[in-house]
Amino acid sequence: MSTIAEKPKSTAKDFSSDQEIRWCPGCGDYSILKQVQTILPEIGVERQNVVFISGIGCSSRFPYYMNTYGMHSIHGRAPAFASGLKISNPDLSVWVITGDGDALSIGGNHLIHLLRRNFNLNILLFNNEIYGLTKGQYSPTSPEGKVTKSTPMGSIDHPFNPLALAAGADGTFIARAMDRDPVQLRDVLREASEHKGTSLVEIYQNCNVFNDGAFEVFTDKHTKANTTIFVEHGKPMVFGENQNLGLRLDGATPVVVDLEVGEYAVDDLWVHDKTDRFKAGILMRCFETPGADGQGIPRPFGVFYRENRACYEDLLHNQIKTAYERKGEGDLDALLRGNNTWTIE
Amino acid sequence: MPQRVSESKKEVTILFAGDSGDGIQLTGSQFTNTSALFGNDISTFPSYPAEIRAPQGTIAGVSGFQLNFGSIEIFTPGDRCDVLVVMNAAALKANLDKLKIGGAIIANIAGFDKKNLKLAGYLDQRNPLEDNSLGKYRVIEIDVTKLTRESLKDSSLGMKEKDRSKNMFVLGFLYWMYNRELAMTEKFLKEKFAKSPELIESNMAVLKAGYNYGDTSEMFTTRYEVKPAPMPKGTYRNMMGNQALAIGLIAAAQKADLPLFYGSYPITPASDILHELSRHKNFNVRSFQAEDEIAAITSAIGASFAGNIGMTASSGPGIALKGEALGLACILELPLVVVNVQRGGPSTGLPTKTEQADLMQAFYGRNGEAPIPIIAASSPKDCFDTAFEAVRIAVEHMTPVFLLSDGYIGNGAEPWRLKSAADLPKITAPLIQKPNAGDAFLPYKRNEKGVRPWAVPGIAGLEHRIGGLEKEDITGNVSYDPENHEKMVKLRAEKIDKIALSIPLQEFDNGFATGKLCILSWGSTYGAVKTAVKEMVEEGYSVSHIHLRYIFPFPRNLEQLLSGFDHVMVPELNNGQLVKIVRSEFLIDAKPLNKIKGLPFSSIEIREEAEKYFV
Repeated sequence: MSTIAEKPKSTAKDFSSDQEIRWCPGCGDYSILKQVQTILPEIGVERQNVVFISGIGCSSRFPYYMNTYGMHSIHGRAPAFASGLKISNPDLSVWVITGDGDALSIGGNHLIHLLRRNFNLNILLFNNEIYGLTKGQYSPTSPEGKVTKSTPMGSIDHPFNPLALAAGADGTFIARAMDRDPVQLRDVLREASEHKGTSLVEIYQNCNVFNDGAFEVFTDKHTKANTTIFVEHGKPMVFGENQNLGLRLDGATPVVVDLEVGEYAVDDLWVHDKTDRFKAGILMRCFETPGADGQGIPRPFGVFYRENRACYEDLLHNQIKTAYERKGEGDLDALLRGNNTWTIE
Repeated sequence: MPQRVSESKKEVTILFAGDSGDGIQLTGSQFTNTSALFGNDISTFPSYPAEIRAPQGTIAGVSGFQLNFGSIEIFTPGDRCDVLVVMNAAALKANLDKLKIGGAIIANIAGFDKKNLKLAGYLDQRNPLEDNSLGKYRVIEIDVTKLTRESLKDSSLGMKEKDRSKNMFVLGFLYWMYNRELAMTEKFLKEKFAKSPELIESNMAVLKAGYNYGDTSEMFTTRYEVKPAPMPKGTYRNMMGNQALAIGLIAAAQKADLPLFYGSYPITPASDILHELSRHKNFNVRSFQAEDEIAAITSAIGASFAGNIGMTASSGPGIALKGEALGLACILELPLVVVNVQRGGPSTGLPTKTEQADLMQAFYGRNGEAPIPIIAASSPKDCFDTAFEAVRIAVEHMTPVFLLSDGYIGNGAEPWRLKSAADLPKITAPLIQKPNAGDAFLPYKRNEKGVRPWAVPGIAGLEHRIGGLEKEDITGNVSYDPENHEKMVKLRAEKIDKIALSIPLQEFDNGFATGKLCILSWGSTYGAVKTAVKEMVEEGYSVSHIHLRYIFPFPRNLEQLLSGFDHVMVPELNNGQLVKIVRSEFLIDAKPLNKIKGLPFSSIEIREEAEKYFV
């Protein structure tokens, strides 16, 4: 007689490596690391089947702190490493860790190709709107006019809207979260991990050394309620200090309405549908920065868009399977022989 | 019936030339296959214009296919040709300097009308066939276009389609001239046009018409006989360099019992490797056309991390883009095969021409101390063995490996004596299944060869992180310690140096172990040097020939071998690269012989330079 002991469930601690974490004290990366370590046991993956692949930058040190398989690769190329890895072993849970410079500047090309191919993996794009590791130059997401070490007269670069870019590359899962809202971040990460396809999660992350407060208007408890909206599938877009504000669509234009005035009720509001590519696009384009007093369109967070589309690695392995079915397992002698031979005796 | 003379020839070089739409490559490869089946030794070299459809009738649009076949051993596609087949005036103008004095020109006179003469740039549309300027050659004029149309006068095909088979007329005529059978080409046409019987019929009709034209026209009194070559017994096939290379990669992955991942971005002249590999998915080949050269190599490194054998190929400009990733592969210590089918550089350079100018790039083209083993293929068939060896070194020594080929041997072809799968050695990967230090796993704990274990994601207890930051010895943890960095640089270098223990000692290709002159060659210059040295040795010159496959690390007896000679000459298709390495490594006064014209050496060029050492 034998008893099968139930395997102890892993915990966040099991996913934490023995390496000392060397991000600056107060960096937003700590929160993201913690939320990732928290959700991994919840989603039921085992450490040995998880691979974190990063590029270069502050955020890209992430894999060293995870007690899983990991690769700290080269600047901008993590999506390409991940593509080869995923083709080689589609069963692995693969997480690409990247930043705004890594993913959108030096690695922009790989990001868009990863999205269109739709490998089943997750991209966590830590956006702090600055180059941190190189000590404070503007990034491709820095706002116009941003004064940095390399732009003493203000940046003249028009910034990327990462989510709109991902949509343009036909990304199948597009979401935004922030380091200072761990609950929402965990929700988004969980859903990203469940999505079969490439999940892009942009995470607003505060660089308290070189760009402190870049997202303060969205994260500060005094302004957050009026400047942000967390969208949920099937729910009307309500926000505000007392859930007193809402978003409705006037044609294709989002409009903020005050629910307390009596002109509009919750039933009149825009109901979020993450399967609606067109409306998700409108949501992604809500990109102006609202005033702290709640004037203007709030910055949306949550899962904007999700669609099911075949994954590259599945299509590739289907072709391999078909080749085996049609031709049988490769016979090396037949390959060496080819079609036309002659014999000299 | 005219009196026919049969003349015996030891070897013949034919150059087919015409517009890129004239079917030159097909004509050449058909003659090649037929002659190979007949038993000749053979070597071929196609040359294409860089543009896909360069303007018709111009010099820029000329495509060529040179083949050398014989009843003796053949090592090169031939220095100069005995027969130059030209489909138009531009083809003549572009290639006349490659014809031997007294050689034959077979000219399609329909390609020498006013328009073609003008496009080819003949002054005042002066026709070289008519102005006695070709007095040094034997000119055979045939109105191929007209005769082709005549032989198809009953065919329902349109004029354009009829004209398209004029290459078959030329092929048929040459089959007659060299006493070849039509059977091989007939078989080919039946397969190629299996879906359109009328095309089989028309092409065969023209092929036969060309053959019969030689037979019945009284113009031609001489036919040539090139007997089979005394090749070693065995079964042969014709093999192109890039094809041999791809098959070698597959064979090695099979012998390592691991999936093959090939990440690649299209580039001339390496793309054929991608094409070939994509066709063999049932050998567990995962081919991936990446978005750029960097993704091609980095996806391959990702695949190697996951336990596949990652491979990539490119040419010079693409290899330049891969530099940073090569350094990463070096510091990660993962298997990776990087093929460079070299072409003329720098920059875009001469995409369709050959050169050996990327040797220094392979040696040094990375930041930091990043040694990568280098091996080079010497001929189309040698691409198979070197590819196999590149994979073996990469996998067994956990390192990226450079395999250098070039456009000349990549596109060239020669007979290859079949190997069987059983003849090929097994490749043993240092895969690890459980922790190597009690319960702990130390990813950079090395074996006696200096090689670290290969731990593939998916195995519990072996979770580890690798990256481009310097690693602490044994643990692989990030380390900025100065002593450790120096130690790691040296450990990585030692690991590569120790590869010399697993490769064969260098042998002489020809000549005695001591003497006046040793010619030290590498890569595609093999055939030209071999031919030159063979002649000189037969004539009593004190010349020896060493041809290197292993360039880094060198075979461990190379220095000693070179020390047996008064002079060492290093011929290269570059401005002097191996010669610099040999001089600095061995402190010997090796002398260069350089050619940087986008063209291979002729054996005459090697010989002329070698003879200077005996004056």
